[in-house]
Amino acid sequence: MTALLELEDVEARYGPVHALHGISLTVEEGSIVAVLGPNGAGKTTTLRAISGTVRRSGRIRFAGRPLDRLGPDGVARLGVAHVPEGRGTFSELTVSENLRLGAYTRRGSIKPELERVFSYFPWLSERLRQAAGTLSGGEQQMLALARAFVHRPRLLLLDEPSLGLAPVLVAELFRIVRELNEREGLTVLVVEQNAHLALQAADAGYVLEAGRVALSGTSDELRADDSIRRSYLGY
Amino acid sequence: MTVETFRVPPVSLLLVAGAAGLLVGSLRSSVFAELTVQGLALGAVYGSLALALVLVYRATRVVNFAQGELAMATTYVAWQLIQWGLSYWETFFATLAIAFVLGVVLEVVLVRPVQHRSVIAAVIVTVGLFILIDGVVNWIWGAGLKFMPSPFGTKVYHVGGVSIARLYPGMLGVVLVSVLLVWALFRFTKLGLGMRAAAFRPAESALVGVRVDWMLAIGWGLAAMLGAIAGLMTEPSQFVLQPTLMQPILVYAFAAAVLGGLESPAGAVVGGLAIGVSLTLVVQYVHPITSDLQTPVAFAVLVGVLLLKPSGLFGRPEVRRV
Repeated sequence: MTALLELEDVEARYGPVHALHGISLTVEEGSIVAVLGPNGAGKTTTLRAISGTVRRSGRIRFAGRPLDRLGPDGVARLGVAHVPEGRGTFSELTVSENLRLGAYTRRGSIKPELERVFSYFPWLSERLRQAAGTLSGGEQQMLALARAFVHRPRLLLLDEPSLGLAPVLVAELFRIVRELNEREGLTVLVVEQNAHLALQAADAGYVLEAGRVALSGTSDELRADDSIRRSYLGY
Repeated sequence: MTVETFRVPPVSLLLVAGAAGLLVGSLRSSVFAELTVQGLALGAVYGSLALALVLVYRATRVVNFAQGELAMATTYVAWQLIQWGLSYWETFFATLAIAFVLGVVLEVVLVRPVQHRSVIAAVIVTVGLFILIDGVVNWIWGAGLKFMPSPFGTKVYHVGGVSIARLYPGMLGVVLVSVLLVWALFRFTKLGLGMRAAAFRPAESALVGVRVDWMLAIGWGLAAMLGAIAGLMTEPSQFVLQPTLMQPILVYAFAAAVLGGLESPAGAVVGGLAIGVSLTLVVQYVHPITSDLQTPVAFAVLVGVLLLKPSGLFGRPEVRRV
């Protein structure tokens, strides 16, 4: 397998506050990688550094191309879909318009993508004209995911998909992500508080602490690690 | 569905009642009918400048006090093109193109650098722009009166006992067609979708690949085009071109935009029509009020709406669930 995404010594700051102190990580093509860690460890900032929504330095390469100088729209155009924390739904627009925005960087018909998305989220097809802001929290999360699929990304960045969702929905969401990964080879980098769930879906993981990589390994290795078990898995 | 029936806003009733009143009045009095047509034509022009204000406000959260002066300047450009020998309608479309470019350039050069600093910085920039444009126009073309050929000729239609100069339906048609085109652009094209997304949620739009900065600049360009149409249609209704051409119109446009809810494009157009018709009729039928008082009356409407119903007729509480 080849590396689709490589971060080398990436730093990021919000004004005077240093959020990342030199993160290095690798995401293999076709894999699911989880980023774990406590609040404030820099998980969300790592995703934001990749998509260019925070000021960053260090080297970021995607499919062999440097991302360091690109803004978020440029990164999106290369095939990276970022579903931000809090979902990033365009609540003022309709469900259908949200989906069309997912395909904003592509030309031509999005019918095949829409049909694919409806096979995962059948309820979406009946609510295309509804304002996205009137969907429930869980539905908005699913819509954000559906929008990312319509993008047909090579890399999906998922930020805390389980936040505020009922456990049933969370399980469903991870099942769909896993299925897309297996069937279509979608590469995923997922930030998740729920380490148990994330490591179940992921092939490999990184544990961040205070803006640094504290630990990394395959999911099995991490699950077997005593400190992880105690801090994040709770048994 | 029951929610839908509940939500029929009283605004639509108000509009239907207003339209019915105008119709009945027009059938009973030919003067009333003539004034109604005239008021609607002028109101459409106020509406298109109001729409320009709304587009700019929605895109960049900036109230562009220079929108009227920009429209006036582009009308001078049109006058110049006609002097150089272009026909009226060649001039019309050339002016729109120039206005678009001017709007984009102003956004990139003047507004973008200050937009995120503070509201007051942006206000100062647009007020400064007002004075700057005024100065530049006076410097290039002078303050003297200029005359342009009438785009619609001097033909007068007679319908029953009602005489209507072709100018008014002409103005109305030009403005309504351009407003419809802008609406279709926003509603049906990918560019329009990108512009709406960028206006509502800039950060999330960038994440799906929308070039937010460009969308906002294009918004300014479109607004300048609508303003140019307002200027070009105001000139024949006043018969002369002078640097103060758009100053009263800007007040009417602000009143229309605020009446419509400042964020609602449809509201701006309806607000413009309402202001245009009511000002025209009030001047005719309400005694102490003469045409000299038109601007103060519009100003009173503006203040009244801000005091009594700041969200305007079409402003609605945001639908958002977090």
